Amino acid sequence: MTDRTYGVRLPGLTEESLGGKLIVIEGADGSGRTTEVALLREWLEVEGHAVVDTGLRRSTLVAEEIDRAKQGHTLGATTMALLYAVDFADQLENKIVPALAAGATVLADRYIYTLMARAVVRGASREWARRLYGFALRPDLIVFLEARPEILLHRAIAKYGSLDYWESGMDLSLSRDLFESFFAYQERMSKEFAWVGAEYGFHRVDANRHPAQVDEDVRALVAPLYATGGRARASPRGRPAVTPPRTRAASG
Amino acid sequence: MLAESPSPTHGFPGRLFVFEGLDGSGKSTQAALLGKWLQARGYRVFFTEWNSSELTAATIRRGKKKNLLTPTTFSLLHATDFADRFERKILPPLRAGYVVVCDRYAYTAFVRDAARGCDPMWVRNIYSFAPRPDQVFYFRVPVAVTLKRKIASRLKINYYEAGMDLGLSDDLHESYERFQTRLKQEYERIARTDGFTVIDSSRSVETIQTELRGYVTPVLENFPTGETLMHDG
Repeated sequence: MTDRTYGVRLPGLTEESLGGKLIVIEGADGSGRTTEVALLREWLEVEGHAVVDTGLRRSTLVAEEIDRAKQGHTLGATTMALLYAVDFADQLENKIVPALAAGATVLADRYIYTLMARAVVRGASREWARRLYGFALRPDLIVFLEARPEILLHRAIAKYGSLDYWESGMDLSLSRDLFESFFAYQERMSKEFAWVGAEYGFHRVDANRHPAQVDEDVRALVAPLYATGGRARASPRGRPAVTPPRTRAASG
Repeated sequence: MLAESPSPTHGFPGRLFVFEGLDGSGKSTQAALLGKWLQARGYRVFFTEWNSSELTAATIRRGKKKNLLTPTTFSLLHATDFADRFERKILPPLRAGYVVVCDRYAYTAFVRDAARGCDPMWVRNIYSFAPRPDQVFYFRVPVAVTLKRKIASRLKINYYEAGMDLGLSDDLHESYERFQTRLKQEYERIARTDGFTVIDSSRSVETIQTELRGYVTPVLENFPTGETLMHDG
């Protein structure tokens, strides 16, 4: 049972369990990820697919601890990386796996790739990060929304009126100046995303454009996953190539 | 620099001694006694126990109480807890040249997580930030003895300690015995692969402590003493 995951067996995961699709949207803050997830969800539901959202820091187990830790700025890099791994694992097992087992499409607003890039930028080795997340399910599609740092900057300011401490990597002490730190941090993240993207097979979409144009490109990547008889791109052996039940999601 | 020479195993100026074994193997008593003795001899000693970080203690308690944990989240949560303790409490004294005595270390996770079905190499990778100790004392004890001690102490056996999450048995005592047997098998296996010093815990407290002092003395040869004393907690 390691072909469904990135090489590490997930205890409790059974062979017949997973039918749905796992679609991951990755990208920095301000890359338009959240907008795209909402647009994609709408489209998929209109098409008749049940959609379940997931993202980072949403587990019932440790989401609060992460929020508290972020406010305190007191945790070491390894501890923080592992705390995020707990959050991810909890959602994987309690939300993503059951949703896929029910034949739903899981739309992940970020996945292990952001977590890996963040950990490596903060001093973890790539190998450590890669192996840590070896238990994660292989998605059917990974879309990476790529936007220039200047675009990210303007969107962040337009949205929040300021730059976020963490998204500017202020914990790394790259610069005491928030503005400079933001660019230095985004550059490092971008370098790690390049490595992670090559390793895991990202589909890059130019996110410097209008959301509607971005959405059009993303839909073109998503549509083949549902084509009759079509096989998902990253689909491992044994995943049924049938369309999931055409039920509308009850909520959202 | 406090220490004359860094440890040959982990390269830090301090020294790291680890006590491992099943609950009820007597290791905690011995670790505390050894720490006392080292302090009395004038060493700067730092003593720490498994699961004492404030960060995740509440989450682990809550998760355990509601039985929310799976083998994977159980493993990662304990790793987070250990990393926090390691980064904030174990590493600084080790770098500052203290004698660090750990009642349980990463090996406890290797053993528990393996018994819960996690991939052992996955677990080892997670803990690869933790350096190899100068010496690991493994307290060997029959499972039946630990169960007797547990019952005699009238401490309630908890759900996870008995491995009830694994569905080995509906009976708490039986599950405890089976789960502890798995842990013991794993301990015995890694005792060989990781070069543990095996301590026969069936002997008297005094005999064991004398033996431990005998093991520790050569490791601390030429190791400087100091005035400061620290205690975790």
